[in-house]
Amino acid sequence: MLAALIIVFREVFEAGLIVGIVMAVTAGVSGRTAWISGGVGAGVLGACVVALFTGGLSQLFGGTGQEVFNAGILGFAVVMLTWHNVWMARHGRELADELRAAGEAVVAGSKSLLALAIVVAVAVLREGAEVVLFLYGVAAAQGGGSWALVAGGLAGLVLGCLVCLLTYFGLLSIPSRYLFGVTTALISFLAAGMAAQAIAFLEQANIVTALDQTMWNTSWILKDSSFVGRALHTLIGYVDQPTAMQVVVYALTLAVIAILMKLFAAPQAQRPRAA
Amino acid sequence: MSNSSRAFNRRHVLAVVLQALVAPLVSRSAAAEDAVSLSLTIKDGKFEPAELHAPAGRALEFHVTNLNTIPSEFESSDLHIEKIVPAGREAVIRVRPQQPGRYNFFDDFHRETQGVLVVP
Repeated sequence: MLAALIIVFREVFEAGLIVGIVMAVTAGVSGRTAWISGGVGAGVLGACVVALFTGGLSQLFGGTGQEVFNAGILGFAVVMLTWHNVWMARHGRELADELRAAGEAVVAGSKSLLALAIVVAVAVLREGAEVVLFLYGVAAAQGGGSWALVAGGLAGLVLGCLVCLLTYFGLLSIPSRYLFGVTTALISFLAAGMAAQAIAFLEQANIVTALDQTMWNTSWILKDSSFVGRALHTLIGYVDQPTAMQVVVYALTLAVIAILMKLFAAPQAQRPRAA
Repeated sequence: MSNSSRAFNRRHVLAVVLQALVAPLVSRSAAAEDAVSLSLTIKDGKFEPAELHAPAGRALEFHVTNLNTIPSEFESSDLHIEKIVPAGREAVIRVRPQQPGRYNFFDDFHRETQGVLVVP
């Protein structure tokens, strides 16, 4: 039971952080609950499908199917996160004004919501597939599921949801005038971390081999396999021994997001508004 | 005719340029080609062999075969790798060149299954 609890919690924890951030980012946007639940649902469904076909998936691309698939969906999530930030740079002010004017949460931001729903789906899919495979393995070894397994899995799930809610309410406790800046930064670091993670998968698959020397080793301060290390890995992409390529891609992603946000920023942002 | 051949040429040039730009990023470098191959199996909660040896400064390639009837996840926090190995399958995992040291690896789905890579 404890093994089930630990492994389920660890995976749900990572997805929970991301869902919590997305919930905070979309706080006050109408229809966001449906979009986010849709993302979670699609992710769970996708996780089951991926788990079912893991055997076939891993045989693709000369045995590197898993890595290529993971890198692919991570890359997709990076594009979606970038797109969200750029969209918000352009329309964020209008949104905020509309919110203030309406005095309630009636804002149409469904385009950006789709991007974030996809990010949620990818996060849940990636972490969920491992949970499904693990639980299946234990159940198969025992010759069927047991109550202890179900209880452990459920406890892990509940704890993971708690992390999600803590992240959400933690972010919401930030004064609203800072919240936009904080979530923009969070999304950027999330994207950069995912991009570097995608590179790690391609390195493991022997597809990217350039610049594979270890840049630094901070495992003596914080191991990326520790609890705090894992949280930081999910949030900002912390790795205790990154390769040069991972660092380059991380920095490049941050730079590209910042440049695109500048390029597409709303031109009228500086103009004083008429009352 | 000349139009289409010019179009072809342009496409050809574009392809060459793209290849020149991308190749250094994705090509299997000489160092990767002569990666040190390390084979092991997972069976009944044990790695066989449970201790592997590899030289420092060379890229490594793990070949992990899962002889159980349930999936495993070959993982090493020390080596920064993780890969699901379905029942009855072999997984290949590349590891960047390592410094001398002892690197633990394990089956993340069955934590009691432990092994170590020794780099002298």
